Amino acid sequence: MEKLKKVLISYAVPIFFSILCVSAVLVAKIPPLFLASEIVRRLSRNTFLVLSLIIPIVAGLGLNFGIVLGAMAAQAALFFVVDWKIKGIPGVLVACLMASAISVVLGWLAGLVLNKAKGREMITSMILGFFANGIYQLIFLFFVGSIIPYRTRQFLLPEGVGLRNTVDLYGTVASVLNNAWVVQIGTIRVFILPLLIVGLLCLFITFLFKTKLGQDIRAVGQDMHIAEVAGIDVNKVRIIAIVISTVLAAIGQVIYLQDIGTINTYNSHEQIGLFSIAALLVGGATTRKATIWNAIIGVLLFHTLFVVAPSAGNRLFGQPQVGEFFREFLAYAVIAFALAMHGWRTKRILM
Amino acid sequence: MDKFLEWLKRVDFPTLVISLFLVALFFVAIFVKVPIPSLLSDSIRRIGMNGVLVLAMVPTIRAGVGPNFGLPVGIIGGLLGALISMQLGLSGFLGFWVAVFLSVTICVGIGLGYGWLLEKVRGQEMMVGTYMGYSIVAFMSIMWLMLPFTNPDMVWAIGGKGLRYTLALDKYFGHVLNNFLKFKVGGVEVPTGLILFFAGACLLVYLFFRTKVGLAIDLVGQNEKYAISSGVNPKRARLVAVVLSTVIAGVGIIVYAQSYGFLQLYQAPLFMTFPAVASILIGGASIRRANIRNVVIGTVIFQTLLTISLPVLSQVTRGDVTEVMRLIVSNGMILYALTRAPREAG
Repeated sequence: MEKLKKVLISYAVPIFFSILCVSAVLVAKIPPLFLASEIVRRLSRNTFLVLSLIIPIVAGLGLNFGIVLGAMAAQAALFFVVDWKIKGIPGVLVACLMASAISVVLGWLAGLVLNKAKGREMITSMILGFFANGIYQLIFLFFVGSIIPYRTRQFLLPEGVGLRNTVDLYGTVASVLNNAWVVQIGTIRVFILPLLIVGLLCLFITFLFKTKLGQDIRAVGQDMHIAEVAGIDVNKVRIIAIVISTVLAAIGQVIYLQDIGTINTYNSHEQIGLFSIAALLVGGATTRKATIWNAIIGVLLFHTLFVVAPSAGNRLFGQPQVGEFFREFLAYAVIAFALAMHGWRTKRILM
Repeated sequence: MDKFLEWLKRVDFPTLVISLFLVALFFVAIFVKVPIPSLLSDSIRRIGMNGVLVLAMVPTIRAGVGPNFGLPVGIIGGLLGALISMQLGLSGFLGFWVAVFLSVTICVGIGLGYGWLLEKVRGQEMMVGTYMGYSIVAFMSIMWLMLPFTNPDMVWAIGGKGLRYTLALDKYFGHVLNNFLKFKVGGVEVPTGLILFFAGACLLVYLFFRTKVGLAIDLVGQNEKYAISSGVNPKRARLVAVVLSTVIAGVGIIVYAQSYGFLQLYQAPLFMTFPAVASILIGGASIRRANIRNVVIGTVIFQTLLTISLPVLSQVTRGDVTEVMRLIVSNGMILYALTRAPREAG
């Protein structure tokens, strides 16, 4: 009995969300096949990004709101891949390489900043994301086309400086990974390649935690002072964790955008941080503990709700807008709840 | 000269840089012949408009809770007060004061709950506050669609249900403070009522920190153990600080809305927090120390910067670079304060 209670408490969030999902699906009366195809697609599209959050959590840095830096790097790389008209798989590869290179630098800088703000990493990484967003806008709204050469006129604003609100990838890298290998099950299209890449990443993360570096990351996450005494260069390990996370986020964003097909120049990266973090937390992760399964279950649950919320809102209240606000509220509320639990627990440990 | 150097050491580095930038902008403004008096009028109006919201940061910072990143929590209370006042059809100063009174009442209630939560998550207040702010704004977005407001000026013309995105205040309490004893000097328009209200609010908060409760809050923020040994209840002191901050935020948004002429609902409250936090930091505050002087200096510098950079920079570059600059300056400032704090916290 005691044990059952413990399980119920530690899985409270996923259980609550499962109930919410099931009832929303029942209320919305969405055709199950449509729902299944949407979920499969979102699983191949979003899981990589969510997985990129795991390593900093294990390293004790909490939720890395700085993955938006990686997302920005990915978008920057894609803008130029589109401009240079590199098509197909090579385009995706070039984008991934460029994005990774930028992300290593950005991640390293982010790591340096976060090392100066120990104990406040989450809020700092969040503000860092906003700050970087300012720089990003400065570059792509004012420098592209004036200082930085950009040839594709159709993506530039009428004056020839700054990118338009949307940059589309059709004809270059859109759906390239998806279409590489499609398996059709009834009406459900399963994109094998992105799912394989996600599987590889899962293996990589599992493998990483078996290496010396992975053990160091764990040790730092458990107790910085003990790790320091044990001879681990704490600051270096933390920077490495952030760099890996940023690079993974960049690759994840490339996978995400090739599926979506258009880049929302000034918005895509902003939403990604919020939705990835919310998904991971819905899957039962906390700010101190996260596993691959948390990520996968989280994507499943969160995106089910995401698909059905507007129509459920429409059925219940007669306004689809209510459903949209409701899913936004859920994303924020689940993060607020997880953070509150985190704060509450740390406080109890300190006492 | 020594005295000057001594003074320079005391001034915050970013404050100095931003002030110098501001002075440079003024020179450019003269050079490119942007009308200075209208710039000054706009700056003064925006200082009064935003000042009260910045003031809301003082109590929480002094209590050791950090800047109130949950500003939208209080703003929601203020919006509710203003909406009820509009629903009652009150106009002019009556409408304004009823809105303020209602918002204070509502904010005390919300503030107590919010303060209780922050006490539970001691050490993570900034993060939890931020996301509480986001959550409550998303939740209230649903409520704006569902609450039974019926005033035809406020709800959607089609369907007659759900509040509009922006509500015009000119028939209610729009510009009441701005127009109170307004006068013009050499082309510069001075909204006396607005400035008086901001000054009055600052004075009240200043006086509050002279009372026994205010001093207790200060003490808790400086050294909690010492505070306990002097017989102060730190939990209660922090709760009072959070409630006070929430109340000021509620009043602040009403002042902002009456000066702007519109009440903005839905996502709008989210965009108030970071500029307010940045303002007080630009004024020389840290995340552990703040006073009224920081509020006034910070608001004056930041708002003047935003006001004059738009016309001046648009002469130099194409497009609106100010919005981007606001993002970089305000978030850069917060980032600087976050990475610097531990040395000062001690």
